Amino acid sequence: MSDVNRLPAPFGRLIDRSETVRFDFEGRTISGFKGDTIASALCANDQWMISRSFKYHRPRGVLTMAGQDANTLVQLADEPNCLADKYPAKNGLKVKAQNYFGSFDNDMARVVEMVHRFLPVGFYYKTFHEKKQSWSFWEPVVRAMTGLGAIDPKADFHESYYDKQYLFADVAVIGGGPAGLAAAQAAAESGAEVILIEENQALGGSLGYARFDTDGAAATRQLGDFDRVLSGAKGVQVMTGTICSGLFSDNWIPLIKGNRFYKLRAKSIVVATGSIEQPAVFRNNDLPGVMMASAAQRLIKLYGVRPGRTAVILAANDDAYGAALDLIDAGVKVAAIADLRQKVPQTPLVAAVEARGVEILAGHGISEALYASKTHISGAQLASVTGQGTLGAGGKSVACDLILMSVGFSPAGQLLHHAGTKFGYCRQSDMFQPVELPAKVHAAGSVNNVYDLGSVIADGKRAGLAAAKDAGLNVASVPAAITEKGNVGRTHPWPIFPHDRGFDFVDFDEDLKYHDLINGIADGYDNVELLKRYSTVGMGPSQGRHSAVTSVRIVSRETGVDIGGMSVTTQRPPYTPEKFGHLAGRVFDPERRTAMHHRHLELGAQMMPAGVWWRPGYYGAKADRTNAIQTEVKAVRENVGLIDVSTLGGLDVRGPDAAEFLNRMYTFSYTKQPVGRSRYVLMTDNAGVITDDGVACRFHDEHFYVTATTSGVDSVYRQMLFWNAQWRLDVDVANVTAALCGVNIAGPKSRAVLQKVCTDIDLSPEGFPYMGVKTGTVAGIPARLMRVGFVGELGYEIHVPAGYGEALWDALMEAGKPEGIRPFGVEAQRVLRLEKGHIIVSQDTDGLTNVWEADMPWALAKTKPFFVGGKSTEIMGKMKLARKLVGFTLKNDGDPCPEECHLVLRGEEIVGRITSAVKSPSVGKVVGLAYVHGDDSAPGTEFSIKVQGGRRITGVVTKYPFYDPENKRQEM
Amino acid sequence: MKVMNCPLNGPRNISEFAWGGEVKPMPDPAGVSDKEWAEWLFLEANEAGIVREWWCHVPTSYWFIAERNNITDEIIKTYPATELFNTRVEFAAKAAEKK
Repeated sequence: MSDVNRLPAPFGRLIDRSETVRFDFEGRTISGFKGDTIASALCANDQWMISRSFKYHRPRGVLTMAGQDANTLVQLADEPNCLADKYPAKNGLKVKAQNYFGSFDNDMARVVEMVHRFLPVGFYYKTFHEKKQSWSFWEPVVRAMTGLGAIDPKADFHESYYDKQYLFADVAVIGGGPAGLAAAQAAAESGAEVILIEENQALGGSLGYARFDTDGAAATRQLGDFDRVLSGAKGVQVMTGTICSGLFSDNWIPLIKGNRFYKLRAKSIVVATGSIEQPAVFRNNDLPGVMMASAAQRLIKLYGVRPGRTAVILAANDDAYGAALDLIDAGVKVAAIADLRQKVPQTPLVAAVEARGVEILAGHGISEALYASKTHISGAQLASVTGQGTLGAGGKSVACDLILMSVGFSPAGQLLHHAGTKFGYCRQSDMFQPVELPAKVHAAGSVNNVYDLGSVIADGKRAGLAAAKDAGLNVASVPAAITEKGNVGRTHPWPIFPHDRGFDFVDFDEDLKYHDLINGIADGYDNVELLKRYSTVGMGPSQGRHSAVTSVRIVSRETGVDIGGMSVTTQRPPYTPEKFGHLAGRVFDPERRTAMHHRHLELGAQMMPAGVWWRPGYYGAKADRTNAIQTEVKAVRENVGLIDVSTLGGLDVRGPDAAEFLNRMYTFSYTKQPVGRSRYVLMTDNAGVITDDGVACRFHDEHFYVTATTSGVDSVYRQMLFWNAQWRLDVDVANVTAALCGVNIAGPKSRAVLQKVCTDIDLSPEGFPYMGVKTGTVAGIPARLMRVGFVGELGYEIHVPAGYGEALWDALMEAGKPEGIRPFGVEAQRVLRLEKGHIIVSQDTDGLTNVWEADMPWALAKTKPFFVGGKSTEIMGKMKLARKLVGFTLKNDGDPCPEECHLVLRGEEIVGRITSAVKSPSVGKVVGLAYVHGDDSAPGTEFSIKVQGGRRITGVVTKYPFYDPENKRQEM
Repeated sequence: MKVMNCPLNGPRNISEFAWGGEVKPMPDPAGVSDKEWAEWLFLEANEAGIVREWWCHVPTSYWFIAERNNITDEIIKTYPATELFNTRVEFAAKAAEKK
């Protein structure tokens, strides 16, 4: 069968008839044109049933043709839950319907419909509340019946590339219909940089499909005007096919276009998202053939598809008559118009329809849609309206294959809701409308309850000018709000006609009928928010776009609460589902490399992350890890090694108050520290918790170079500035971590190597003693040198401007060749420092460790007036220690080396943990640091460690340093 | 995402800022009881309404003061810390250990 329902040009603005596309739907080959959606091509091929409903597996077809309903959710090979009325028809697509068992045309689960009385509203609450055992019976049934599309793990998935981009605008206009186009034009003409965002592929909104006048020319004319103006306009960036999924604080706007996620910051916003046509409630209002009047107009005008052969229109406003004219123009017979209004106003559109000989039945509604086949309607049963929601008996039945609903609109106010707009009920228009907008957010057009085309354009212009003014542009005057809105009588206050035999759907997504809501209210859920959660009304994929207002009306009538004081349920972002790819794709995740990074790679280093930095872990193959680390340790202990320490933080503290400042920031005393010497620094926070350590090198009376840990330096710097913002000391602090790089050359032969490239400094033990600092040159490079002992051997840290990193590395490696110098990595350094018992802050300390627990009272200056954390340290010093950091060895040589965070137990009670442990090559046994109970900290005390597999081994508290306890080697 | 106006760097995304706690004067550690110190350290006023807080623009480590309404989530004003802290702070030497 070919596309029997295709209309000739000029119908079908969006399709390109020169290019045919073919795809598969449920085994049937569908032929359409480029520009078709899956749904429009199906309708053109007379395939009206597109899916089965969620609960009763009823046949469903197009409802809105705007991507706003769940009826058109289909399954693609590699993607479930695609909106068929949005997704472009493409060659080779394999499209399947969702929610059916057995065959699509003859669904076995349709029997659920026959037993619907046994699936009451609140089924889950009633069945599983206090009867949890029934879950075991129901679970397999529920699991099989519920859910929408499926992900096929065997499908041919391929990696996709998703990225992000930032955008900025003076004015963001969301919605490219008449109001949005007018707003964008007005704002741009005021000099604003405008971004116009349109969800569909083409601009125009209702101008592209709706009928505003008897000859149908106004919309086209208006669209042409906008095209002319905007194509020449400066300052308007148009983004079509772009979904705005939320409005956040200070006009932060997420946009999705294809695989790209935009984050737009606008100075002001115009929301011109239009309105959503609302369904009427009558029996079988869900079957294929029943659709919104605007859906039929979209099929005709956008896709050139005839929506049916014979139509009945359920009308409550003038728009229905515009739709009737469109149907007639497209060759569809309009058999009757049932108008809910007792008196139909004689507007030009009504007169034009009458003139075409269409029967108009005033004061009539539809009591039920009739069907002969199981998959399409075949007629409408009309009846006179006798009261609010009631129809007279009898009436006439009209044969038709199309029923259009044109009973009103609700604002597409989701984005306004996100921004915090207050909505109120407008009695004049019988619909909710925005009544209080946040600052710098404007609403225009039908989302703002303005409907007549002229008024919509004027409202858009007003909003565009107001937004430009908000964005700081010079706008002479902003017109007053529109008073002639054209909203009176557009929306019927009660298009709800329940039927004795049911299937009068309020919510198509969730298969909720009128009486489900009535029963939910009777069960006590008599508030819209409660009723939503109990009945699930509005919780389906269309998020209440077609059910929210109806359910508010029903709750209002059933409870007697005035609808004027009510609101629809809260709407939250996102407006449409976002893919994980959009959220996850291409996160900005910077990493830092030292100036010597490439040398490490050339030497075969295994790089490891240290905060945001990459550092060499060890040099050699992964398979050879243990051996490589041991060799590096041995080289430092017996010969000479070189390590890149560029990642260590560096802070230059300068000024008359530099020493006083360090005195306040760190636990030690620095005022009397001689120039040319370094001193340990230990930082605590206000609560006395250890936060960082390093050394302070005094190069001048008023200049200290302070090192900090790799991961701690940024917060140390921040804390320094925080405190001095209050103290106002005469000091300047600069974070020079990235400006300098450095190495540590360590080992008994380090002096011999350094001497070859450093001739302007006396390197003798007397001239440059342990803890001394000097400036000079190394291989001609200006350098800061420090004799420090982190690894416990004779050694020099050499810090030079970062640009000289590779030159310094190369010079030292070359100079050390005769001595057999070896590069060593972080892993070997950890072993070396642990043999010396030097702690690593944040490995051997945690968020509670104080100076007493770390057994470092030697680092406290007792007499100075103040340091950050001093008072708290003093107070904790008077308290009994709950735990203490101690050195330990193992009682039995054969026991395994414990790992970090293995538990220290006292009986069955957890009292501490291992923080560092290693089988020391230099000492020949396991050494480590651990928290033990405060009473178990005396050397020689045994304690229990729970290691891998739950095994208990015995540790012995041991005085440290484990290696070279007299510290002779580092002071050579 | 909110925008905060940094007195040094101008309006920036709130993700660039770190909260630094209420602005509350530190008692003189030398003249305060342990209990009073602990209360200053650990107890916050947590007022609902307009609060005065330390904020830091992280990329530049610049500290300033912000006044904001934590009920309406509005930032009312931001200004340099010098408006509140403009004199050098001294700490008295410990009385007992002075010789």
